[in-house]
Amino acid sequence: MKHFNLRNAGAIAAVALTIGSGSAISRADTTLLNVSYDPTRELYKAINESFAADYKAKTGENVIINQSHGGSGKQARAVIDGLKADVVTLALAGDIDAIASKSKLLPADWATKLPHNSTPFTSTIVFLVKKGNPKEIKDWGDLAKPGIGVITPNPKTSGGARWNFLAAWAWGLKANNGDESKTKDYIAAVYKNAPVLDTGARGSTTTFAERGIGDVLLAWETDAYLALDEFGKDKFDIVYPSISINAETPVAVIEENAKANGTEKQAKAYIDYLFSPPAQKIAAHLHYRPTDASAADPADLAQLPKIDLVSIDKDFGGWKKAGETFFADGAIFDQIYKPTN
Amino acid sequence: MSLALPSLRFRQASVIPGFGVTLGFTLLALGIIVLIPLAALVLKASEVGPVDFWRLATSPRTLAALRLSFGAAAVAALVDGVFGLLIAWVLVRYEFPGRKLLDSAIDLPFALPTAVAGIALSALYAPNGWIGSIADKMGYKIAYTPYGVTLALIFIGLPFVVRAVEPVLAEAERDVEEAAALLGASRLRSITHVVLPSIYPALLTGTALAFARAVGEYGSVIFIAGNIPMVSEIAPLLIVIKLEEFDYGGATVIAVVMLAISLAILLLVNRLQASLRRRDAQA
Repeated sequence: MKHFNLRNAGAIAAVALTIGSGSAISRADTTLLNVSYDPTRELYKAINESFAADYKAKTGENVIINQSHGGSGKQARAVIDGLKADVVTLALAGDIDAIASKSKLLPADWATKLPHNSTPFTSTIVFLVKKGNPKEIKDWGDLAKPGIGVITPNPKTSGGARWNFLAAWAWGLKANNGDESKTKDYIAAVYKNAPVLDTGARGSTTTFAERGIGDVLLAWETDAYLALDEFGKDKFDIVYPSISINAETPVAVIEENAKANGTEKQAKAYIDYLFSPPAQKIAAHLHYRPTDASAADPADLAQLPKIDLVSIDKDFGGWKKAGETFFADGAIFDQIYKPTN
Repeated sequence: MSLALPSLRFRQASVIPGFGVTLGFTLLALGIIVLIPLAALVLKASEVGPVDFWRLATSPRTLAALRLSFGAAAVAALVDGVFGLLIAWVLVRYEFPGRKLLDSAIDLPFALPTAVAGIALSALYAPNGWIGSIADKMGYKIAYTPYGVTLALIFIGLPFVVRAVEPVLAEAERDVEEAAALLGASRLRSITHVVLPSIYPALLTGTALAFARAVGEYGSVIFIAGNIPMVSEIAPLLIVIKLEEFDYGGATVIAVVMLAISLAILLLVNRLQASLRRRDAQA
């Protein structure tokens, strides 16, 4: 019995040693949590690697960045409800505003703290159509024609879908010389053409590309290129409409969380790095539109044509107003689906 | 009166001690896991105020979603009741190659992440899927309509009925059935008068469970529903939509309405079950 106990003691000591050395390693490393939205998995995987190497070279410190992805609104809610994110990189400024106003984890003027409205890179909304564009969908007006199946996620549950909606609205206003009620009829016709409203952008891409439902997918420019890569360039074409929206996807340090985690310095360095030339180059390569194109590969930039883009702040008065006008309970999107009798 | 009284009184102590401890533990566990969270839900919904509560609960969109959720769940539970009974019958009464495998496969809808079920079903029943393309040629649409919702609910509810009925069927004594046959009852008569009455309570339990699960189902449905407001939008999706709007109060209002309807239906089922048992005991 005695030697058994001894062996046990040895095992316990070994375990204790492992735990001890484990915590020694984790004391030297810093872990950051980046809470992001759905289609950015590939982007942040690449940027995080590059940042960790750069930070190690500059300071000798190891930084590990964990990623969390999901619908932008859902992610914001998780942070409000207590997910200890050090930084957030979301699809809409409105979602970070919600974190600021509902949880006070960061100041309300967070967007002014970094260049370009705290937006390191932007994207836009484009059309993905079947190869050769058999239904000849060229611009937003074509989406309202009878017999065109339009695939878009639900603006109530998807950040990307809100950009889709606003881009269509911007075209409608222009085409109808600013007449809001005609624009509303146009938008209603577009959504009448939608046979499915998925809850997220990736779900819509699957519905269109894999299930073969509909004739046109309203998609993030980045997701449209990803669909070309995934399903083959011989299956789909990207169509650029005459006008679209400058989809600003902002970033912020969740200050109170970083303070509590003791990661303020690293979180700030990480967010700053997103605006640096190497990160901008990676973003451009993955079809995001860089705010600083100086280091980007010209071949990558050539894929992102200059089109007429409206702005959420200038043309819609910011997310607070846009949310109330279009997406709140009983607002324009709900009115489209009101039974008319 | 004499019937109601005994249920009000604590049961007489059994030979084995420990009633106090077990009751205490039961209430604690039930309280922490079920009752307190549900009470918190009702409390949160009460923050909204009666006027807004009524407006939210009776808005056309909420009503359409509730109608779809409960309607589709009821249809699915009925279908599960019929086919679950058939499957349980075959599994219990017959020996055939692959029976064990089939028996295990019944539980798969339990084990599968619901999103996987939803994606698999929508791939099959979409207009370009194996089954969906045939239905499409005949002019029917299944995926992205209320039929798709019902189909997903049938899928996730089936094991409840099979698993509830199977053990009861297996225990049902064949000799009573044989006696009925010897006494000259037709096969149909011995099924309707001998076999079915003994499994009604179990069948009802299984169907009620399938129904309850179907009402709250989210993961598999949103992939096949199409989620068009007023047409194929289920009530749980409406709750998620409210949450996306940071409208916690609105979300809990719909949740509480669902909870109330479900509770009422389950109480009704319980009473029906009790009366079936009583009739069975008297017979």
